[in-house]
Amino acid sequence: MQYSETVMEHFKNPKNVGKLEDPDGVGEVGNPVCGDMMTIAIKVKDDRIDDIKFETYGCGAAIAVSSMVTEMAKGKTLEEAMKITNDSVAQELGGLPKNKLHCSNLGADALHKAIMNYYDRKEGKEDKEDKKVEFIGERTKKSKCYCPYCDTELPKQSPFCTKCGKPTIEHK
Amino acid sequence: MDMIYFDNISATQLHSKVKEALIDYIQKDGFGNPLSQHRIGDSASEALEEARTKVAGLINARAPEIVFTSGGTESINHAIKGVAFARAKKGKHIISTNIEHQSVARTLRTLMRMGYQVTLIPVDKYGLVDPAAVEKAITDQTILITVMHANNEIGTVEPIAEIGRIAKARNVIFHSDAVVSCGNIPIDVDELGVDLLSIAANQFYGPSGVGALYIRTKTPIFPFVDGGTQENGRRAGTPNMLGIIGMGKAAELAHVEMPQRMEHVLRLRRYLIKRLGEIDEITINGHPEKCLPGLVSFSVAYIEGESMMIMLDEEGICVSTRSACASGSLRASHVLIAIGTDYALAQGTLVFAFGMDNTIEQIDRAVEVLKKSIAFLRNMSPLYKKK
Repeated sequence: MQYSETVMEHFKNPKNVGKLEDPDGVGEVGNPVCGDMMTIAIKVKDDRIDDIKFETYGCGAAIAVSSMVTEMAKGKTLEEAMKITNDSVAQELGGLPKNKLHCSNLGADALHKAIMNYYDRKEGKEDKEDKKVEFIGERTKKSKCYCPYCDTELPKQSPFCTKCGKPTIEHK
Repeated sequence: MDMIYFDNISATQLHSKVKEALIDYIQKDGFGNPLSQHRIGDSASEALEEARTKVAGLINARAPEIVFTSGGTESINHAIKGVAFARAKKGKHIISTNIEHQSVARTLRTLMRMGYQVTLIPVDKYGLVDPAAVEKAITDQTILITVMHANNEIGTVEPIAEIGRIAKARNVIFHSDAVVSCGNIPIDVDELGVDLLSIAANQFYGPSGVGALYIRTKTPIFPFVDGGTQENGRRAGTPNMLGIIGMGKAAELAHVEMPQRMEHVLRLRRYLIKRLGEIDEITINGHPEKCLPGLVSFSVAYIEGESMMIMLDEEGICVSTRSACASGSLRASHVLIAIGTDYALAQGTLVFAFGMDNTIEQIDRAVEVLKKSIAFLRNMSPLYKKK
């Protein structure tokens, strides 16, 4: 099996699955065509994440990431939660296979999007359901793309692997 | 926990009699090079030719028409590139389909980079190729038609004999990738009208890393591996004797046991499809009758295949999924997209491929685990709740 024990544990017993009644902020990333879709909803109290739930369609890594990122964010101030990165999620999970690192991006992005949505609502802005925002929070330089076939590191928007030539899916 | 193996499309286990044949050959000190002209060489040569005759018998070919290779992929590379190079002066046009295995698709892509033209014929919703469409695509530049016998993802069996008649009438060389079908359903190279046929031993209870290419006498083809005079100059290199001994035995057994094996896996296939009817929103992929008897491909709505596969694996049930993850996005199977499956649904696909040791009881256990897994994953899927 390609996954660490922690990933398997979070996949088999995911924390914080479900929906929230009257959430204060909702973040949705990915789409089913790519094979991953994640929705994170938060309740905020005194600038802290009081409650958090997720719903995810995706592979084992995507589900484990959702569980881990919600666990990490729970109880944190919004400012602290914005500092959770894809790397810290992957690290907490004991690492992810290179070609699944994108899943950790989704987790951090969904969380950050939910927080941004909370701020927007507070300012009286309407939900921007259709606006595709992916890179909101802090993204460390380590976040890279890898070929799913030969694990070669790829430039961000590369449609083909630079080493083996196999087509990749562009980031949506 | 008893292990349940439903991934016979990836590799089959070794038949107990194949194991015996291998051990027997090892214990007889079968190390000789079949090209050596002394007695040790002669005995290896005898064993090699015996295996060749058995493999030929499986597909109704003559022994000299069989070339041993390192497996299905090499056979396919040899067939396509070998003909492309040998006929380059006549033309550079090749016809194939859009559901071929990577070993065909990628070989064609390499040839395209070298200036060859390739026409890919689309398939219908069952994955069937229309022979009339193949005929229509033939030009005076066409040197090769390559169409798989059975599809490795959805099991659909193509109308190879019809395409074979067209190829013969139009004087075009015809190759079929029979890797997943050979040894599992009857194949007669004359009935199919193929000039070249690729096969692999690990699809019919033989070892991995050994296969064969059937080359009809007088077919113009270049060798793929150049060197010595082995395999009648068509494939250089000292042959993989152990693999070939195993393949020969497996071919002999497949020939004899095929009717019972087919009946057995077909019964399992029908039973699984019946039981899958108990689960909501499942689509069975492929042609309902023109298909491999032991393969079931199905897509489960609202969830993703890898998660299901891992959950089954956790319970000791080995199946395969058809989705590769590209930079975190999952690439849907090109075969499922070719038959018109929706992208999201294609992501939720599992393949169960039965073998001769599988039982109805194993299916019952797998279906129970599958039901639980589907409920678990749908419960956390935003798509399921949104419907």
